[in-house]
Amino acid sequence: MKHDNSNPDAKLYGMVIDLDKCTGCGACMVACFMENNVPFKVNETDKLDSITWMRMFELHNGKDFPHADSCWLPRPCMHCAGKDGHGHYTPCVMVCPAIATDYTPETGVVSQIPTRCFGCRYCMAACPYKARYFNWWDPKWPEGMKNYLNPDISVRMRGVVEKCSFCYHRYQRAMNKAFMEGRKTLKEDEYQTACTQACPAGAITFGDLDNPKHKVHELKKSKKAFRLLERLKTEPKVYYMTTRDWVRRAADRVQEEESRSAGRGH
Amino acid sequence: MEAVLKPIFQKVDSIADSVIPQFIRDFDKSLQPAGVQRAPLWQWLLWMGAFSVVALWGVVGLIMCWGFGLNQTNMNDYYGFALWIWADLAVIALGGGAFFSGFLKYVVGKENPLKYIVPYAVVIGFVCYSSAQLILAVDVGQPLRAWFIFWHANVHSMLTEVAFCLSCYFLVLCIEFVPSILENRKLSTIPFVGHLTHNFHAAMGIFAATGAFLSFFHQGSLGGVAGVLYSRPFGFREGLYIWPWTFFLFTWSAAAYGPMFTILLTRIAEGLARKKLVAESAIQFLAKVSAYMIGTYIIAKIIDTLYWGFVTAPSMGFSLADFYTGNPLYGYWILGLEVVIGGIVPAAILLSKKGRENPKLLLLAAILAVIGVSTNRWVMVLQVMAVPVLEFDKWVMYFPSWQEIATTVLPVAYGVLLISAAHRYLPLFPYELEQVGKKAH
Repeated sequence: MKHDNSNPDAKLYGMVIDLDKCTGCGACMVACFMENNVPFKVNETDKLDSITWMRMFELHNGKDFPHADSCWLPRPCMHCAGKDGHGHYTPCVMVCPAIATDYTPETGVVSQIPTRCFGCRYCMAACPYKARYFNWWDPKWPEGMKNYLNPDISVRMRGVVEKCSFCYHRYQRAMNKAFMEGRKTLKEDEYQTACTQACPAGAITFGDLDNPKHKVHELKKSKKAFRLLERLKTEPKVYYMTTRDWVRRAADRVQEEESRSAGRGH
Repeated sequence: MEAVLKPIFQKVDSIADSVIPQFIRDFDKSLQPAGVQRAPLWQWLLWMGAFSVVALWGVVGLIMCWGFGLNQTNMNDYYGFALWIWADLAVIALGGGAFFSGFLKYVVGKENPLKYIVPYAVVIGFVCYSSAQLILAVDVGQPLRAWFIFWHANVHSMLTEVAFCLSCYFLVLCIEFVPSILENRKLSTIPFVGHLTHNFHAAMGIFAATGAFLSFFHQGSLGGVAGVLYSRPFGFREGLYIWPWTFFLFTWSAAAYGPMFTILLTRIAEGLARKKLVAESAIQFLAKVSAYMIGTYIIAKIIDTLYWGFVTAPSMGFSLADFYTGNPLYGYWILGLEVVIGGIVPAAILLSKKGRENPKLLLLAAILAVIGVSTNRWVMVLQVMAVPVLEFDKWVMYFPSWQEIATTVLPVAYGVLLISAAHRYLPLFPYELEQVGKKAH
């Protein structure tokens, strides 16, 4: 991942999720639903066409009691920088035929433009993290719930793709405020995603990966930090941390083996 | 059997004569090419009616998908591409006989014997490509925004290239189909139409060359759709400059297998018409060309598979077993079906002169070739979706809904209807007309 050198004000927003802290409570998912007007179905038993910008995967170590252990892995969009590190090869961005999804060099956020999307779903085929969701159904909310919709986020229609935006509207709001105050940069706590703020265990840390003043800058360098499918060179901007070897293996067997044979954590 | 049916048919013939007014029967006859023998009108209407019912079933599915959305399908977030995209890729590959036979006739100069089969190959191509457009129109979530692909085109996307070349080539096919329509016995009596047809024929070489050029790119970019997905190791291939190897393999396979589909449909048409419609010299020539094309393609495919399986995929942390085990459907058998049964076997049959000239073996080779290329397209769409990439993700299986099946059957019914109408009213088979002329003299 590379910083946009042509723009000194460019940020590289990313996330570090401590899997050892995550309890799998799902507060991040709920917060995401509420913040981003994510639609849901009347019957959510079939998860294959459910929309979950933040999805929880449950991992098991495969052992019986008393050695049994499990881990919850929250998976937002990875906002991949792609194999060139500049977003030109972000898997979903490079395939979208109508430029309905784009990489923002100023922030490193992969955007989605629902009104531009015509629903070909090529981006979904390209995403190895399954972080993109298609609106198979018309969005419907129970009586009265429309009053709780976030006015900063447009509701998506049937037939288009959507995904986690790192709560980009919050970034825009924070930048507007900063601009009015004559600033070009944001403080760390001025722009935080809904899931980060909702996590009761403090498992999610969000910020500018390139900014030494932001916690994520140090956390991503931790020996216990890793990224999913790093070997595919998708350059995801979501890092995970764990001290448990089996979680590393379960999250990415190949990478864990490679790291071990190289004699380093990460 | 025929002895039993004959009196029944005669009885129905006499009833139909009294039911269908004489002027309609005369009009029907006047539209048919001079001197050719066609089925009685009632038989033909019955045939068309049966397939119209099938088409109507497809139209119901189509309207439901357009009206209620893609929740009518069994696609989901794991299968963003499914039956329709496979059908799309398959008909485009099978319709490759049109561009390749046109290329051989007009660009390479094999006028004789290909003149006997090119008009039919063009109609097959027209059916395939119009079906592909229809399938794409129902497959996108917002069909009314489909023009965004042209207006907001991302030149780096393989799908953009597909959309442009596919649309342009479909226009070329329309132009190639027009002379056959204008040569209708009734239409050709209009002097302007006669001149127009002549001019179309004069310029056809340019269109055939344009069609071959466009086909190279859209067939290739369809191969590139999965080939460029470096985040999907099952589909990803290395390649030349911006084109993954699948780009070239798709073009090559369409040119190789497309003519075999044309041969298969010729044999079916001849079986139904109970007479020879295409000169055997044309069939044998196409079969021989296909033999070398399939033979060389399958060698390239095997090399590609070995390199991908033992170099590319392992470099991305995957083994062949990751792709072919641990699920209820996608085993090594599918690789065998595609490469051995659908590739090596038809190539071996066709490469031998005896095999090509044996009608049963030729038919078998054609069927296996169609299975082979269809399997390749299935794998490059459905299996790409099915293979889990994340360590903790799982294989997900998929079975299409009736609406998906109906809309996929629709192009087949539409193809039968169009080809049946074209066979009845257009001079689609020059060989048949030659035979009629010879008899008349």
